[in-house]
Amino acid sequence: MTAQTKSLLPILVAVALLAAVPLVTASNVVLNFLVVALLIALVGQGWNLLGGYGGQYSFGHAAFFGTGAYVVAILQVRYGLNAWPAFALGILAGAAVGGVIGALAFRSGLRGSYFALVTLAFAEVLRIVASVAPVTGAGVGTLIKLDLRWQALQFQSRVPFYYVILVLVALSLVLIHVVERSRFGAWLVAVRENEDAAAALGVDATLVKIGAMTLSAAITAAGGCFYAQYYLFIDAGIAYGPWISIEALLAPIVGGVGTVLGPLLGALVVKSLGEATKLVAGDAPGLDLVIYGSVLVLVVAFAPRGIAGLLTDLLRLRRRTRRAEAPAEAGRA
Amino acid sequence: MLSPAILIPAILNGLMTGAVYALVALGLTLIYGVLHIINFAHGALLTAAMFAAFFANRWLGLDPYVAAVFITPLFFALGYALQRFVIGPAAHGEDRNILLVTLGLAVVIENALLYCFRADTRTIDVPYGFDTVQVGPAFLAVPRVVAFVAVIAVTVVLWLIMRLSDTGKAIRAVAKEKLGAELAGIDVAHVYAVTFGLGTACLAVAACLLIPSYYVNPTAGNAFVLIAFTVVVLGGMGSVAGALIGGLFVGVVESLSGLWLGESLGQIGIFVMFILVLLLRPSGLFGERA
Repeated sequence: MTAQTKSLLPILVAVALLAAVPLVTASNVVLNFLVVALLIALVGQGWNLLGGYGGQYSFGHAAFFGTGAYVVAILQVRYGLNAWPAFALGILAGAAVGGVIGALAFRSGLRGSYFALVTLAFAEVLRIVASVAPVTGAGVGTLIKLDLRWQALQFQSRVPFYYVILVLVALSLVLIHVVERSRFGAWLVAVRENEDAAAALGVDATLVKIGAMTLSAAITAAGGCFYAQYYLFIDAGIAYGPWISIEALLAPIVGGVGTVLGPLLGALVVKSLGEATKLVAGDAPGLDLVIYGSVLVLVVAFAPRGIAGLLTDLLRLRRRTRRAEAPAEAGRA
Repeated sequence: MLSPAILIPAILNGLMTGAVYALVALGLTLIYGVLHIINFAHGALLTAAMFAAFFANRWLGLDPYVAAVFITPLFFALGYALQRFVIGPAAHGEDRNILLVTLGLAVVIENALLYCFRADTRTIDVPYGFDTVQVGPAFLAVPRVVAFVAVIAVTVVLWLIMRLSDTGKAIRAVAKEKLGAELAGIDVAHVYAVTFGLGTACLAVAACLLIPSYYVNPTAGNAFVLIAFTVVVLGGMGSVAGALIGGLFVGVVESLSGLWLGESLGQIGIFVMFILVLLLRPSGLFGERA
């Protein structure tokens, strides 16, 4: 087994396990839960590329999610386009928005808090525009017509939807895996660790960051496209609302920033917590977000590298104890 | 062209509104100037203070201006505790972590309020709510004039604290040179917490000034804080005078653009201005530690 395939193994195992779920259960509750969790994993993977690997914390990934969702919906409803090309165009549009905002922000030299602020402001501007512009259906929102055929990317059962989002998540995992091992990924991490030093070594930091933001936006926009197809309805508050910006960063931070599987792990944990809260306290508005906010603070405080960080610490500890035992045995022989 | 009879009242009203923006911005800029972080929980804390002022009136029958005497120290203590026991320890000294922690706090506070009080919009009735005073050609609402005067007073008091008191000197020392201040025996964690407390106390005053003429719901504070961000970036992060002048300026701009463009576009105008300021005037933005 080569090093390349060996490092792909965790991704393959995770995807294979998830792919087997519909074979075990046909429960709509379980599938719906997993679809939502995978959607957040996808959106979070986008954030992870820019925030986890690039160190640029965006508080406005809703801008890309919402653009993807709106483009898919509007192209179908107003221009009669088929869902499949609309899906692809949605991803492209999200990437374009990411590229533009990235170019504006990074060329102005915005970093840290300022970058977080400006992304937040862009998402809010888009939300306000979408809530008044006629093309988005303004305050009423946009409803995609029910057409349960695979040609229209709509399905009677949840199982095909589940596999669509699983394929998207799998693609994003492989993409991040490739980026992680590429030259571009190395530049990105160098910029995160020390931008000035990276620039001194000849890395075009601004260009690398803009590139990362474009790719990041494309991944998150794919999540938005899927959302529109799955729920067949969006409005400004869903598409560009702060909730998705928060979930986008929560999943990778809980799971482990700057790791391939972190967003998936985090999304599953966060969504499980959300469901558990609903079971205990009923479906009250705001309560799930109270839990998410607390989790965010607690994870930053006690597990800054997320669940993935905790796991690697555990593995290292085990290896160290094993190594401590090995010389003793060698000495005896 | 608009006649002075319309223009002057618009400008005066803008100044009155701008004063409250300035006070919110003052809290933000104070925290930024010393801790070098943008407090994303600022809006949620303002909302919380507005709810406090609202319920002090509803349950205890306190006039908001009287309630300010109690709510302000309360929020100072709250801000102190948040920084000392939550933000400081949780952040491990990393700026990125502070961003996330204050964002997390904002989410918790805002949604806890939503959970407890639902999304209903509430207002209070005060006997002077609709009284006006005449200034030149303009009739100004009494609560807004009170707010304007109070903000000026608070700014002066704050300035005196920073100039004359030992605590103020310690705060300025930490803002200038953290390591040096620490070596000179200043308890940096305490100074950070005091600064955060002062910033939060500014919000409590702002909330009590706002509530007689404004409404409260779980997201009421956000609008002000976005404006405060604009003001602070415009006036220069960490500058008290910049916050005051920037706040008044934004108030006037908003009032005049409302006159010409109508209310619904006014909100977007502020965002656009904010983004433009951030993108086009990044000078003075690099004071932060990246």
